[in-house]
Amino acid sequence: MLKQSLTILLLAITAGLALQGRAGDSILPEIPEAQSRFSATQGCVEPTEEMRKNHMEKILHKRDETVHEGIRTSQYSLKECINCHVSAAADAPRASSEKHFCSSCHSYAAVEIDCFQCHADRPVKTPQDNMLSSGSNPPQATSAGNTDTMTTGNLPVLVTEGNAHE
Amino acid sequence: MKALDYREIDGGLPFYMLVGAIGVFVLAALGAAFYMEHNGHWVTGMNNQIVWGTPHVFAVFLIVAASGALNVASISSVFSKAMYKPLARLSGLLAITLLVGGLAVLVLDLGRPDRLIVAMTYYNFKSIFAWNIMLYTGFMGIVAIYLWMMMERKMNQYTKIAGFTAFIWRLTLTTGTGSIFGFLVARQAYDAAIMAPMFIIMSFSFGLAIFILVLMGLYRWSNRPLGDAIVYRLKNLLGVFIAAVLYFVMAYHLTNLYAAENHGVERFILMDGGVYTQMFWIVQVGIGSLLPLLLLFGPAGKSRLWIGIACLLTIIGGLAQIYVIIIGGQAYPMEMFPGKEVIESSFFDGVVGSYTPSLPEFVLGIGGIALALVATVIGTRVLRFLPVSLADDQVDPHHSAADAA
Amino acid sequence: MSEESGIDVYRRRFLSGTAKAAAGMAVAPGVFLHEVAHGKPADQAVTSDVRWGMLIDSGKCADGCNDCVTACNTENGLTGHGRPATDAQWIRKVKLKDKQTGYTQTLPMLCQHCEHPPCVDVCPTGASFKRPDGIVLVDKHICIGCRYCMLACPYKARSFIHEDLQDQMPYAPRGKGTVESCTFCVHRVDSDRTPACVEACTAENHNAMVFGDMNDPDSEISRQLKQYNSRQIRPDLQLNTGVRYRGI
Repeated sequence: MLKQSLTILLLAITAGLALQGRAGDSILPEIPEAQSRFSATQGCVEPTEEMRKNHMEKILHKRDETVHEGIRTSQYSLKECINCHVSAAADAPRASSEKHFCSSCHSYAAVEIDCFQCHADRPVKTPQDNMLSSGSNPPQATSAGNTDTMTTGNLPVLVTEGNAHE
Repeated sequence: MKALDYREIDGGLPFYMLVGAIGVFVLAALGAAFYMEHNGHWVTGMNNQIVWGTPHVFAVFLIVAASGALNVASISSVFSKAMYKPLARLSGLLAITLLVGGLAVLVLDLGRPDRLIVAMTYYNFKSIFAWNIMLYTGFMGIVAIYLWMMMERKMNQYTKIAGFTAFIWRLTLTTGTGSIFGFLVARQAYDAAIMAPMFIIMSFSFGLAIFILVLMGLYRWSNRPLGDAIVYRLKNLLGVFIAAVLYFVMAYHLTNLYAAENHGVERFILMDGGVYTQMFWIVQVGIGSLLPLLLLFGPAGKSRLWIGIACLLTIIGGLAQIYVIIIGGQAYPMEMFPGKEVIESSFFDGVVGSYTPSLPEFVLGIGGIALALVATVIGTRVLRFLPVSLADDQVDPHHSAADAA
Repeated sequence: MSEESGIDVYRRRFLSGTAKAAAGMAVAPGVFLHEVAHGKPADQAVTSDVRWGMLIDSGKCADGCNDCVTACNTENGLTGHGRPATDAQWIRKVKLKDKQTGYTQTLPMLCQHCEHPPCVDVCPTGASFKRPDGIVLVDKHICIGCRYCMLACPYKARSFIHEDLQDQMPYAPRGKGTVESCTFCVHRVDSDRTPACVEACTAENHNAMVFGDMNDPDSEISRQLKQYNSRQIRPDLQLNTGVRYRGI
């Protein structure tokens, strides 16, 4: 079902873009900037075009892997999408607003998603984060920060590490 | 035997007024469902202790009655009773519409009715619920085919085999519905194999009561003759079914009473369960079973009005019975620590669950009945379900069985 | 770098992280007193080599202490609405009194993570499921909110979400119209940590809860299960629960 609706989304966007090209007036959605970049050359965890087209496939696949198999890598994790694409500020837009990263495009394409009925629609400070910042257990905190909660600020660091190994 | 003449009921203003009058209840139910889904279930009487409430009472009642409504057709096609043949089409129609009404209520009470498609695409084959989804959809398909065999002259020769399939299917379906409760090991009131046959006999009774009411109502409304022969035959049958339900209820409780582990729940339902005890003795047994028996087999049994009232009481008694099973069964606390008493719990362990039906739940349930009725009325308007006359000279009870396929 | 796929970067980064995690545990012992073992790389699926379980000692469970419940609510973001009948509770304290002898005791009740969970059997869509490592969960993506699992659960372990929610914990998504229950803090377990309730109980020095791998004979929980008499709640149902109790 999700796949179908997502296909419809794709078609809708394509149709929208085609229409756009003909009409020439700017009604495209205003997509908010992400909080950080994946690398100097790449904005998201995959090339932007790929993500625009297929983010739903990746998220869906990751969703089943995480829920049923306990695979908790950061890439394609909805949590990390939100951490990077939505501001942590108190007045950050909700999913119900067209200023929200996901809703900006989804409302434009008229594709309803129900992700945020269960998932947080903005970065949420968790008890773990609190524990980390309190510094009660620094060594544990460092490792947890690296393995589990990959914060957006780490993204550039990640690539540096990757390069260092090469 | 004379060839029966089936005709659509008349259209025009009276028809639209009837549809409108019943339709109001359907619309109200949709509004109620939207209200509950929009706010979340906390606005209903349901909670984490009583998770299935009034909508389920109506839904299960309608689903059970749906399979029972098909009985009249089965008696005609499977058991070759000629007298029931003119009624078979209406019987099939009611079976479908009642099921649709029940399922609509069930779906609209889901936490996520928007995910109906998920229920149809993801199956856990070990789940009785999943079996039921298939049994329900299959039932509608098979009865539709059965109706086609009956209504299309070229296909009449297959009526018997279609009727037989539908009969077997409906028994399976009600077994499935009863097993929703019968297979639950966790709760004292359920977990009994007798649930399945008891639900079947309940379906006979509830389905026939609704059938008689709809039949008398439609014939009166459309000014078509309906003879005593058929009405008396049906009401006598209903009386037998009501008595049979009582017998199963008795067997269920007697079996439970014998085992010490069930003394608590039996005491709860039969003696000190407050509203559930009253519902059981006064509504289910008294008003819903004994009184209709008295009416049907006593002198009042000659009056259409009293027969109608007896049917209505049977329906009310049936709803009460399912209320006691579903809600009473949940209200009785689960025995997690035998020999111990729970003296403190934040989650209502060890205490009788509290449940007060809310208005939207009730409106939704009534809407299910209304949906079934309005669909039946529209069905009889667009297709030839009803014979023009069911006067005594049209139906011959002593006709030979051979022609009655 | 440019041609290197993202996943390799993550994997490498993860592996270096695991090493640091191991080091971290050595540096700061005592925080997770009981059970931190079976490190599973984040990119690998859970297997049935592990069976997570919990042993609760009712004798050590202090009357009036609610720390496990509070920790669970904080960890999983279970904020109530002041409506006890409909608010979600994944773990609760129950106080019992023997009808014959008058002996009283308290213990926490939570999802028992059965080997043969009735909730999984009855779920029409398969939303209720058991992970290979024994943790019973609800896949809320396919839960239709029929609540049949709640009827079927012999432990009253499940809650239905009765209202709209916002700002859920990112690792514990939950939303209106679906059913939920204790997850054994699966997000913690997957990164080698103990459930929040156990951590809280240990932090209070009550030590009434032990969490670990029942398949590993050397784990703390296995040793205690072997050493002491314990029992399941409703053993008559033969569900082989993952949560065992001492002193009941």
